Amino acid sequence: MTIPEQPAPSDEVVPLLKVAGLVKHFPITKGLLRRQVGAVQAVDGLTFDVRPGETLGVVGESGCGKSTMGRLITRLLEPTAGTIEFEGKDITHLGVAGMRPIRRDVQMIFQDPYSSLNPRHTVGTIVGAPFKLQGITPEGGVKKEVQRLLGLVGLNPEHYNRYPHEFSGGQRQRIGIARALALKPKLVVADEPVSALDVSIQAQVVNLLDDLQDELGLTYVIIAHDLSVIRHVSDRIAVMYLGKVVELTDRTSLYATPMHPYTKALLSAVPVPDPGRRKRGAASGGSGGRILLKGDVPSPIAPPSGCRFHTRCWKATEVCRQQEPPLQALRTGHQVACHHPENAPA
Amino acid sequence: MTTASVPEDTPGPPATKSGAVGEPVGGDATTPTAYLDVRDLRIHFPTDDGLVKSVDGLSFRLEKGRTLGIVGESGSGKSVTSLGIMGLHTVGQYGRRKARISGEIWFNGKELMSADPDEVRRMRGREMAMIFQDPLSAMHPYFTVGAQIIEAYRVHHAVDKKTARKRAVELLDRVGIPQPDRRVDDYPHQFSGGMRQRAMIAMALVNNPELLIADEPTTALDVTVQAQILDLIRDLQQEFGSAVIIITHDLGVVAELADDILVMYGGRCVERGPAEQVFHAPQHPYTWGLLGSMPRIDREQTERLIPVKGSPPSLINVPSGCAFNPRCPYADVPKGGVTRTHRPELAPVAGEEGGRHHSACHLSQEERTRIWTEEIAPKL
Repeated sequence: MTIPEQPAPSDEVVPLLKVAGLVKHFPITKGLLRRQVGAVQAVDGLTFDVRPGETLGVVGESGCGKSTMGRLITRLLEPTAGTIEFEGKDITHLGVAGMRPIRRDVQMIFQDPYSSLNPRHTVGTIVGAPFKLQGITPEGGVKKEVQRLLGLVGLNPEHYNRYPHEFSGGQRQRIGIARALALKPKLVVADEPVSALDVSIQAQVVNLLDDLQDELGLTYVIIAHDLSVIRHVSDRIAVMYLGKVVELTDRTSLYATPMHPYTKALLSAVPVPDPGRRKRGAASGGSGGRILLKGDVPSPIAPPSGCRFHTRCWKATEVCRQQEPPLQALRTGHQVACHHPENAPA
Repeated sequence: MTTASVPEDTPGPPATKSGAVGEPVGGDATTPTAYLDVRDLRIHFPTDDGLVKSVDGLSFRLEKGRTLGIVGESGSGKSVTSLGIMGLHTVGQYGRRKARISGEIWFNGKELMSADPDEVRRMRGREMAMIFQDPLSAMHPYFTVGAQIIEAYRVHHAVDKKTARKRAVELLDRVGIPQPDRRVDDYPHQFSGGMRQRAMIAMALVNNPELLIADEPTTALDVTVQAQILDLIRDLQQEFGSAVIIITHDLGVVAELADDILVMYGGRCVERGPAEQVFHAPQHPYTWGLLGSMPRIDREQTERLIPVKGSPPSLINVPSGCAFNPRCPYADVPKGGVTRTHRPELAPVAGEEGGRHHSACHLSQEERTRIWTEEIAPKL
């Protein structure tokens, strides 16, 4: 998703959302007294900014904490530590009443269009609910506004009185988008917005998100596991592994010169829809430049010491086992947390 | 549908195409049959709402040592086809969930549809095996992984438990499960998603099947694990020389594995041919749509995606004529007297060496080639 003028990555841009040292641990309790015996360290120290008008893509494998991150920045979960600032205002520990005005500006699109819509409510009720909850009467009445929103996302406004089961998966996802846009939010957090959809429908929804951003000047945080979708929609991309951001940079540098070995392995693992590439790769030895990672992602209950990726990394040395690499900018705008980065400037 | 619809719901035995001299698409009956030769397969399910034509006249062939990728969106009939080849549908005339199946499935010189069910049962698991999509629901949660692999082996081989267990450990080791002699006694829930999928593959391979059907084998997995599984399937095929059918909606996965590709839409094949041809010179507007819908990881993409408008058809009320017609951007291009209710048959694409590339479209081949090279390809 391209924005007309790429804001220069300077200090002048005031970030819309500023996250610092964000931590979320889910306690594991045991026994009658519910004594805490451990914690799932779902998110463990995230620091990033979201600039107005941009799309930040967050990518990672299942269990890396990307969805928890989405629920933390929308304040659907209470952070264990760290701060979240929205438009310069600290919203980390605001209560329900304190969050209410901010909910107008921060909305969420959910992954599963089947479970995120109440089957007993009509589309009109679902898309109109934000107005009711916020006590707002839009110009021309709720019904008229809901019909305008349905039209905006490419649904027939006449379908106001229909129920979710009367719609296909792609149409339901559009209903979810209409609901998220009802209050004219500034920031939309989308958690796997297209992963439940078929390829041809997925492209329709991606294009819709793209158009809406241009039209309404939205800022997106898009969470997805699909690296091809992320490449298509994002301006900047954060790669997560076991609760940490391992690399954060703009789209072009991430795909052209990934610096973290995990990013490199992740990119190389994506099957490319080009049958010739495999044969060319096989001819020159190896499986088309693919880096095969050993084993599975370790458990976030007891993450590895030092760099969390060292158990699967082919470049790991003693320092990786002992010291956690900080996320630092090795090139302008290219942050990476690694002791032995790839494509490092000489 | 406003068009005069052909009477579709035929009670009684499933309607076979009249005048099926030889085969409309599967090659003529005189040629020696391929290792797997599916001819005019139709699988219909009667429901309260009408007859669901999940597969409606599908023909293809597969030789040993080759991989066929079946691509399509949900509801295009891919999985129903694979279950049909395995003979896993409940067949019957009446009652719910009973499938009505017609057509021929020639496997290793035997016709499976008319064969004795007991004989097919003996072949299933031994000569042809299947890797299911969701290993958690395909495995029994009450039995250890080892017990399930041992059972699959002992059903077809008269060996004692000890030998079968050794075989199970060997297979788990082969598919890359660490400490297989210990993990063989684990229950499915103790395995991670990728390991369960590996165990499923081990179970499917325990009898060295010559035909392996993998139905969305990597859909539930992360990319790094997916890459491991795809490599494993490719290695095992090279080792055993089996015929593999891989069913997926992910064009990247088929491009990695398949020699040939069959694109399904609305229960029928709209295009099939060698992978290189289907990707680099596709001859059907639906294939163009799939390629245009797909964000590419290997290219910097500034253009918008080119989605297919509308949604996939209901299989109860498949559009008459070409099923893709309501969504096709070229439906209005005049096609020399052919009306919308005419169904295009699969026809060979001229000029392709080997004559394996087929497409079912009313557009003339010149027109299709022109649209692809001038309008579609530059935007991808």
